[in-house]
Amino acid sequence: MVNKNLVKDVVKEPYKYGFVTDIETEKIKKGLNEDIIKLISQKKEEPKFLLDFRLKAFKKWQKMKEPDWAALGYKKIDYQDIIYYSAPKQKEKISSLDEVDPKLLETFDKLGIPLTEQKKLTNVAVDAVFDSVSIATTFREELAEHGVIFCSISEAVKNHADLIEKYLGTVVPASDNYFAALNSAVFSDGSFVYIPKGVACPMDLSSYFRINSGDSGQFERTLIIAEESSSVSYLEGCTAPMFDTNTLHAAVVELVALDDASIKYSTVQNWYAGDEEGIGGIFNFVTKRGKCLGKRSKISWSQVETGSAITWKYPSCLLLGEESVGEFYSVALTNNLQQADTGTKMIHIGPKTKSTIVSKGISAGNSKNSYRGLVKMGTKATGSRNYSQCDSMLIGDQASANTFPYIKSQQPNSEIEHEASTCRISEDQLFYLQTRGIEFEEAVSMMVSGFCRDVFNQLPMEFAAEADKLLALKLEGSVG
Amino acid sequence: MKESDPILEVENLSASTDNLPILKGVSLTVYPGEIHAIMGRNGCGKSTLSKIIAGHPSYNITNGDIKFLGENINSLEPEERSQSGIFLGFQYPIEIPGVSNLEFLRVSTNARRKFLNKEELDTFDFEELVKEKLEIVKMDHAFLSRSVNQGFSGGEKKRNEILQMALLEPKIAILDETDSGLDIDALRIVASGIKKISNAQTGIILITHYQRLLDEIKPNYVHVMSDGQIIKTGESDLALELEKKGYEWTDNFIKET
Repeated sequence: MVNKNLVKDVVKEPYKYGFVTDIETEKIKKGLNEDIIKLISQKKEEPKFLLDFRLKAFKKWQKMKEPDWAALGYKKIDYQDIIYYSAPKQKEKISSLDEVDPKLLETFDKLGIPLTEQKKLTNVAVDAVFDSVSIATTFREELAEHGVIFCSISEAVKNHADLIEKYLGTVVPASDNYFAALNSAVFSDGSFVYIPKGVACPMDLSSYFRINSGDSGQFERTLIIAEESSSVSYLEGCTAPMFDTNTLHAAVVELVALDDASIKYSTVQNWYAGDEEGIGGIFNFVTKRGKCLGKRSKISWSQVETGSAITWKYPSCLLLGEESVGEFYSVALTNNLQQADTGTKMIHIGPKTKSTIVSKGISAGNSKNSYRGLVKMGTKATGSRNYSQCDSMLIGDQASANTFPYIKSQQPNSEIEHEASTCRISEDQLFYLQTRGIEFEEAVSMMVSGFCRDVFNQLPMEFAAEADKLLALKLEGSVG
Repeated sequence: MKESDPILEVENLSASTDNLPILKGVSLTVYPGEIHAIMGRNGCGKSTLSKIIAGHPSYNITNGDIKFLGENINSLEPEERSQSGIFLGFQYPIEIPGVSNLEFLRVSTNARRKFLNKEELDTFDFEELVKEKLEIVKMDHAFLSRSVNQGFSGGEKKRNEILQMALLEPKIAILDETDSGLDIDALRIVASGIKKISNAQTGIILITHYQRLLDEIKPNYVHVMSDGQIIKTGESDLALELEKKGYEWTDNFIKET
């Protein structure tokens, strides 16, 4: 077929972010034990409460078993063969961006995330994380004027220990699951956000995660606290170089929203996915959860998941506060031999709580794409409502899509609505669009964006355009 | 003697899919202003011929040429053929969920306009243009905000095809069983639409089983296809004769040759 040849040409389009930065790093030796954890904590000059937190988590982790219920196919991870701390060597204390190693700045420049004063993005404050450490955070002074704290979590441990002690592990306890326990024991860096009472954060906040070394895991930890009547929109982007080994990325993200506060958390995940034969790529095993603690609080997750060899995560909302709102908008795209098992948990605890789930799974190549979600109505969730819509799109005839919606209701006076559909991009549809003058690649992306529109509408503007382009790029050559 | 150059020349065209020969030496020439009808049993290759002219990737041309305005288009992509003025009206128009009909029509129209070095239309200007064209097929504006062909009735889908033809203003339109599945009223609307759009510069190929469309749009030539070949060509009365005698009559014709 004519198109198949065309497809092969385009599929060679390499992963744009696959380069490695040649930089001297400080790595500790491979392996995991109490001494390693003490060493990480010591390197980060942490207070005792945090070391205790880590050690307790490690004890729990040792007693836990790696879960296998998702039936994802991957070779067993050797946790003693991972480096748990890797940081680019830099001067001891950096007082301004000018002192950051130019190689690092150049790396983020190449990724489209300029950090320097002259070039930095204008409406977004960025926290750039390279392997285990945060390199730089822009717009700190401007944000501080509004009382907003935006810094690496290591810095927050030093400067805002009270907040860390109060909130860390309250949304995702160390014992929550195997990977959360591991993260709690060894987490290296990540972002910390605090929005004080009554403040609408004046600009979007964003973290950019870059894995550079091939043999170290990345275990970042993000904590966002929105005080009463405050609001924030937070974006997260991720890329990694191409290695033929798998790298474990086990992050934990915790969000807390108090009365009338709202947090919007958007992710565009484009970790290296491995090659066409499924060699290499990131294992993205992440626990993300938000707690709507306050009345009328709102947490909204939107995610565009296109990378990683395996994506395994369920950004969730605990709806405690009366009339609190949880949202989950997701596009998960898998190609070649990628696997994704993603979805959300909406736990309705308080009365009159509301949740919306819109999930779009696109599977191409030989990939596997599953939506797995839980909607639970607790005994006190009177008058609560959920609406879920899970759609799958298949491209080609080798890909698979599954939907596993779990529904548990202990409250008769609540409503749960679930809709699901599956469709396939067919050669006939593509031919039809082509006979109307629309080019092959454009036809595919037109159909995919049409399919994802409900989710893209939820993304911050710059992100939506980016996501559209990213999907088009990822799909190039996947239809024949 | 023809005064102008042909729009479409199909010369001794043979084609196959999965090594199975479907067309076995088809020749057909269409001049500006001409209407050709192609008739024949199901499976005789008439739909395949239309798809191959439009550039369907599932068929391989094993012999012969397709020329459009004098240029060989054998290796052009379907979108290039469309942009240069070849239109295929589908027998079963395809549903494209999630893609708005209006946006689809606009992108499509602009692709053709770009080829013609005409200014591309923004949403506002396009709305104006499409409003005018909707009249031709008596379609309601509400169809524009729906997904392409999704949930359309058979007749609505066919009218949407003619709307596309009206917007694209092709040099040649191949209409594959546009009349099938239409009631009398819808058939009249579609037929009058086709007549309004076509002019002395355009060529039309009507693929049909029935005389009733040809009552509305009188063809200059009627071709009968059988087993991948055009076995008989005549004027419009050939269709009438065929209607009377049935395709069995053409079976005899094959034996004669």
